[in-house]
Amino acid sequence: MELKAENISFKYPSAKEYLLKDVNLELDNNKIMGLIGDSGSGKSTLCKILSGYVTNFEGSVTFDGQPLPKKGFKPVQLIYQHPEKVMNPKWKMKQVLEESWDVTDESLKEFGIQKSWLTRFPQELSGGELQRFSVLRSLNPDTKFLIADEMTTMLDAITQVQILDSVLKTVKERNMGFLLVSHDMDLVDTICDDKIYLKDINKI
Amino acid sequence: MVNSKKSYNPLSRMNLRQKTLLTIGLSVLILVLVVISSLFINSSDITTNFKIMNQPPSFEHLFGTDWMGRDMFTRTLKGLGLSVQIGAGASILSSIIAIAMALMGSINKYLDSLMSWLIDLFLSIPHILLIILISIGLGGGAFGVTMGVAFTHWTTLARVLRADIKQINTSDYVKLSERFGKSRLWIARHHILPLIVTQIIVGTILIFPHAIMHEASVTFLGFGLSPHEPAIGIILSESMKYLATGDWWLALFPGLALLILVLLFDIAGENIKKLLDPTSANE
Ligand SMILES: Nc1ncnc2c1ncn2[C@@H]1O[C@H](COP(=O)(O)OP(=O)(O)OP(=O)(O)O)[C@@H](O)[C@H]1O
Ligand SMILES: [Mg+2]
Repeated sequence: MELKAENISFKYPSAKEYLLKDVNLELDNNKIMGLIGDSGSGKSTLCKILSGYVTNFEGSVTFDGQPLPKKGFKPVQLIYQHPEKVMNPKWKMKQVLEESWDVTDESLKEFGIQKSWLTRFPQELSGGELQRFSVLRSLNPDTKFLIADEMTTMLDAITQVQILDSVLKTVKERNMGFLLVSHDMDLVDTICDDKIYLKDINKI
Repeated sequence: MVNSKKSYNPLSRMNLRQKTLLTIGLSVLILVLVVISSLFINSSDITTNFKIMNQPPSFEHLFGTDWMGRDMFTRTLKGLGLSVQIGAGASILSSIIAIAMALMGSINKYLDSLMSWLIDLFLSIPHILLIILISIGLGGGAFGVTMGVAFTHWTTLARVLRADIKQINTSDYVKLSERFGKSRLWIARHHILPLIVTQIIVGTILIFPHAIMHEASVTFLGFGLSPHEPAIGIILSESMKYLATGDWWLALFPGLALLILVLLFDIAGENIKKLLDPTSANE
């Protein structure tokens, strides 16, 4: 499968200047890609465009030659940089998980989620604990392409490796596409088959 | 050491939550008692007895008697019951209007501006005037007053709900829910409704005091319930004629009772708000 971005230009309505200009990008499920860029260079914004969160951009994003579907489950899922923003504050974690799919006990274990966390509210968990939920939730069986936007920045080195390993295992098993966004060069070098610098593809 | 002094006052040993619950329980109990006992009073029980005309309060007649020898306590209780019934009707209707308006506003931005315009329109006319107009227009009586109060009191709740729904709709978790393929209806039911249900309950209860006061004042002015109904507003306006002759109890006790009733609703509402939404208690 193939996730393709053609001539993407974008500026936030409140901003004067374009943030992204004529960005072209081709991703597939054969290679794990890393996207690198300075803070504030527009990595998160590009991720939101690729996954269909932001729709008022110029250019086109296609998945296997088709525009991203407007209705139903989206095959391209994004793991947010800030997990607390994508969780209803009045929902227990169990409900948060189940909104996406019926997670198995195995995968709970795989991602180091303790059973007792399931009955808590998002505000009662740490950022790293929340991120595990966020990651596991995005691994719905229907997800074809996964974009991880600095998903591990709030975790310590050991947990980071642990979670990334689990994600990569699932990605390989299900033959999914995977894009890792980070400003940690070493991490990208060890995990990704290839890397892209945002400043190289952004003609601003 | 704070705890070294042993306290024998049970109130000071309770925590905040228990106190809140106790306050709610007590005020609700009194309100329920008022309504139930008023239901057991038949209008025929309030007999005229000219032998005991214009008696000041006594143990036999706690609130005294009026110029036809009727027991004022019974009349007041019956009046309060009627007030609560009208208040309930008006508050619930008012909340339904508010919810409908807020939902309408969340469909698209034209309906949203229409709703804001309606809110401003209703707020720009003095409540009491509008209630009187609607009440007269609908033929007066309990129906007219209920409608009048309902159509003037939805604005505050509608505003609150509109802001809440807007905030929830633009949140990232709703966007993510859409990306999981959930329908608008599913999102409304699972994301929006649980977050606004507290506001709806508290909002409805807090309309009660306004509804009761407005009903009484409109009736007092002669635009509400008809004179043969046992309403507090009627009692108060009748007793005005007798104030000059020194029958102070005719107005004082029913007036006080109404005030206490309204206060009880307010206390219950504010405490339920504290209980259901602890964060807003600090605002
Ligand atoms: N909603 C928004 N409205 C206006 N400007 C925004 C908005 N979100 C982000 N920006 C701006 O766009 C620029 C790029 O933001 P973005 O979050 O894409 O950067 P990033 O590359 O992900 O940075 P980081 O590495 O710190 O996460 C920033 O300058 C930011 O201030
Ligand atoms: Mg970012």
